[in-house]
Amino acid sequence: MSLVGESSAWKIAFSEEQAQLLEVAAAFCREKSPIEKVRALMTEEKGFDKSLWDEIASLGWLGVAAPESYGGSGLSLAEAIVLAEPMGRRLFASPFFTTTLAAQMLIRAGTETQKKRWLPKICEGTIATLALHEPHGDWDLTNITARAEEREGGLRLVGEKRFVLDAAAAEMILVSVLHKDAPACVIVEKAALPKAALSRETVIDETKRSYRLKLDGITADCQSLLSAEKMTDALHHVHLAAILLLSAEMCGGLSGALDLTVEYLNTRRQFDRFIGSYQALKHPTVDMLTGWDMARSHLYYAASLFGKMAAADDAEAAVRMAKASASDAFAFGSDRCIQFHGGMGFTYECDAQLYRRRALWGEYMHGDSAWHRARLADILLK
Amino acid sequence: MAVDKEELQEFQKEVKAWFDANAPKDPGFLLPQSFMEVGTDKQFHFLRDWQREVYEAGYLGMAWPEDYGGGGKPQPFQDIVNREMAKRSLPFMVNIIGLSWAGPLILNMGTEAQKRAYIKNILSAEDIWCQGFSEPDHGSDLANAQLRAKKTGDHYLLNGSKIWTTLAHVAKYMILLARTDSQTNTKYEGLSFFLAPMDAPGIEIAPIRKLTGEYGFNQVFFADSPLPADCLMGEEGEGWMVAVKTLQFERGAEGGQAGGTSMVRTSVGEVVALARTVKRGGRPAIEDAHIRDQLVRFLMEEKGMRLNGARAKIKPLASERPGSLLMSVKLLESEFQRRLGAFALSLQGMNAAYYMGDPEAADRGRWQRGLFNAFSATIGGGTSEIQKNIIGERVLGLPKS
Ligand SMILES: Cc1cc2nc3c(=O)[nH]c(=O)nc-3n(C[C@H](O)[C@H](O)[C@H](O)COP(=O)(O)OP(=O)(O)OC[C@H]3O[C@@H](n4cnc5c(N)ncnc54)[C@H](O)[C@@H]3O)c2cc1C
Repeated sequence: MSLVGESSAWKIAFSEEQAQLLEVAAAFCREKSPIEKVRALMTEEKGFDKSLWDEIASLGWLGVAAPESYGGSGLSLAEAIVLAEPMGRRLFASPFFTTTLAAQMLIRAGTETQKKRWLPKICEGTIATLALHEPHGDWDLTNITARAEEREGGLRLVGEKRFVLDAAAAEMILVSVLHKDAPACVIVEKAALPKAALSRETVIDETKRSYRLKLDGITADCQSLLSAEKMTDALHHVHLAAILLLSAEMCGGLSGALDLTVEYLNTRRQFDRFIGSYQALKHPTVDMLTGWDMARSHLYYAASLFGKMAAADDAEAAVRMAKASASDAFAFGSDRCIQFHGGMGFTYECDAQLYRRRALWGEYMHGDSAWHRARLADILLK
Repeated sequence: MAVDKEELQEFQKEVKAWFDANAPKDPGFLLPQSFMEVGTDKQFHFLRDWQREVYEAGYLGMAWPEDYGGGGKPQPFQDIVNREMAKRSLPFMVNIIGLSWAGPLILNMGTEAQKRAYIKNILSAEDIWCQGFSEPDHGSDLANAQLRAKKTGDHYLLNGSKIWTTLAHVAKYMILLARTDSQTNTKYEGLSFFLAPMDAPGIEIAPIRKLTGEYGFNQVFFADSPLPADCLMGEEGEGWMVAVKTLQFERGAEGGQAGGTSMVRTSVGEVVALARTVKRGGRPAIEDAHIRDQLVRFLMEEKGMRLNGARAKIKPLASERPGSLLMSVKLLESEFQRRLGAFALSLQGMNAAYYMGDPEAADRGRWQRGLFNAFSATIGGGTSEIQKNIIGERVLGLPKS
């Protein structure tokens, strides 16, 4: 069946810089985030290693997608993807995802003063996060019920936010609210948080640190509002950026689950044979591989369109495809990873559960695959 | 060979213009969708003429050596032609076994005389080639082939049978895997590879009817058929190595093919178009949420496969688990086409039960036929199950089954 010569005109752009970053990040995460370390951090309250975070900052990874004028390296989110993928693979715990996203929000909708104040700090390692989700659990980021009310020349926040990642470690939180009935975003600094505003949530992925944020009692001045007219666009951008980063994290995670599965199939023996010789295990493992390949191709295509000159619809479709494809493939792969470990797979000790939990986390943050497919249908099947 | 970008762009324009002017018109009968489905003389002659026309226009074998009838140009020129043909869903090249596996093999390891004898007529479709690998008792277990080739003087005498032989009914030559020695330690030894003329005495060809009701493949019987000794490809007894090389060309794991497409794939776009015309509860099927979800899944998969091809070209993104992108092409594409075929039928509701020949069958019954024919690719060329074994063992390093 010769299928050669029928290659497509679709191109994936991948720069020399990306290639180098990918190599460095892969080695870094392999070395610094062995599975024992991942497990140790899971049991700690903070959940990440501050000294590694400082290393990341000094490597410039927090500023890859930030403009040079604000202390970044002026590359794009495509470069953040090559960092996120290896992190996902080693289940590397850090506030990278949230800090990168918060920076994206600032770049997109921050005022000049806000950008000048925060972006250089973030590039140097200041942790920032976003509070975008609410008790209703809707994935649509414009479905906002929290409010910012004007009081005494300032703002008073009302409502509650959920799944605020890394909030305890963050110096600032970007909170989405309704202000004058329109979506808005307020910068809330750590010092402005009343005691007990944050409470830790117990979430399915134990490598993550997630918090409930009670807004009642939080005040801010009007200068802490991000630019109102850019808000809709910025929320959309942050949503797509989040999806892209999650896709990268999931592609990496799936690769880790695949390695774990293959290793067991090559060492465990039953009925005097390596279990990997049974096709009931071998063939689904190949399906994991092809699922990973496909998700990864979608990922890097989406990354190359993201933020480039590509038509908005094309880029959005590519990013949603990347997410839907990665979460389905990772769901399947991590599920089989448990099953193929037999009784061992049912234990807390077996790492298969770590990947399954990560897959579920990635799937249910920012839209599951069916939800993205419904959005894709609107774009592709007009 | 350095290729000038502008020259390529110029060339692309020329190619588009040529295909605009010369793309074959609807012949008024259903054309086959792949080389494994050529059942009637009408279809065959139409397709052979088409290949000849493309070759004579200079668009086939562009990167093969000029000395043997090729174009002597860098590969990117042929790539442009291939893309243009695929994009337009033009009829495939009927002599694809010659173009994509026998030809590259001969160029790769054939003698000068063999190259001079065969290459040009492969390109022009003057000589059609077929592949005699599978036997009634040995299909997936190809290395167990038992058709006998016994050396007598300057000839080999062939006895036995090959089966499922696509295009044998119109072929001038066969690439043939036969056993020259049955007293070996392993089944891989004692095999030899031949470029065998199909007009030798003692060869009989019996067409086999396919599941669609049409024809396309055959059983070939050999009874004391003499084969000149210089038909041997490679060394006697080392046929397995040559067969593996052939499979690499066949599966696209190695380049060097003359070009052209081997099949007309059903694109999801065509199925989307179908979903706009057929009705569900009085409304166009495309408005149904469940159908939309499935269409998007297919679109994602189709795109993912193309993107796999794009990623395979980027070294730093293809170096992990090497080979997996290329080795899974056939598995993914063929299984995808099979599932897409079944889905296309499901869109037609009760009318899906019509078949070719009935005036009510949508698009002359191409969807029904397409679903059945999709199995040609999930079975032929090594079944999907065998592909998974190979990928599992070679790419993931899993133990042999
Ligand atoms: C349309 C069409 C055209 C063809 N054209 C040609 C041609 O031109 N030349 C040629 O030589 N051959 C041709 N073939 C033959 C094709 O290569 C064989 O049919 C194929 O290799 C399978 O062999 P088999 O038919 O003997 O099936 P079998 O090998 O008997 O397989 C039967 C089933 O068992 C499964 N199976 C077998 N072994 C294993 C294993 N180790 N692990 C898991 N599952 C296994 C198979 O996947 C299949 O599902 C063609 C076939 C088709 C359908």
